[in-house]
Amino acid sequence: MFTGASQFAFIGVVGAGGSAWAGAATAALLGTRNALYGVRLSSLLDLRSWRLPVTAQFVIDETTAMTIAREKPADSRLAYWATAIALFSLWNLGTLIGALATHALPDPRVLGLDAAPPAAFLALLAPRLRAREPLAVALAAALIALVALPFVPTGVPLLLVAVIVVLYGAWPR
Amino acid sequence: MIWAPLLVACAACYAIKLAGLSVPRRFLEGPRVQRIVPLLPVAILAALVATQTFAMGRHLVLDVRAAALAVAVVAVLLRAPFLVVVIAGAATAALLRLVL
Repeated sequence: MFTGASQFAFIGVVGAGGSAWAGAATAALLGTRNALYGVRLSSLLDLRSWRLPVTAQFVIDETTAMTIAREKPADSRLAYWATAIALFSLWNLGTLIGALATHALPDPRVLGLDAAPPAAFLALLAPRLRAREPLAVALAAALIALVALPFVPTGVPLLLVAVIVVLYGAWPR
Repeated sequence: MIWAPLLVACAACYAIKLAGLSVPRRFLEGPRVQRIVPLLPVAILAALVATQTFAMGRHLVLDVRAAALAVAVVAVLLRAPFLVVVIAGAATAALLRLVL
């Protein structure tokens, strides 16, 4: 699962005591945007034969941003693969270090590590809020999740919010 | 058991990417898909921010994480980079726990 927000969300749901299936559903829903990135990338990259399944693994926010910003197709391909290789190796190296280092940490709360995920989610969210509608959707989603929280199993508020936003987006106007 | 859901999530995330690259454009360029898909991460990330800050299990609580989020909001408004936002939030919670 090489798509950071989905990794964080899966761990967030499981770490808060939710079911791993709710975490999986949240991770997949967060990953849906990568399909739209793929649509934009498909005309810029070389996707013949075996390249398609290999390329697919690295379709994320950062590789898309770097690729579509280039003028020439050759530059686009170079940007895609350079970003993919750099991010994939460093991200997984960081994950490995983190996994090994947790054994050295007595209580993550002392370091404020329980406050790190909300800050991280906020930082991922902020660039998507540059218009009025997404800002309103974000505030409504936060409110709905908190109101639902005491009444449903942990992790389910996220899925509830996802269903509501799909219905909202599909509403004919 | 965490491995089955984890593997399913990995497969789903990969399949979504593969579909984006290979499914004919017209399936993913409908107006509804174009509207809904960008709003999904907005809603889910916002709900994650809220629940990870104000929830303790299935209870709503107000603790140092709320102050940490406030500091993170300020960092975001100042256009601080990702890592600075995360560290600012964590450091706020750590310092307040030390003091209180």
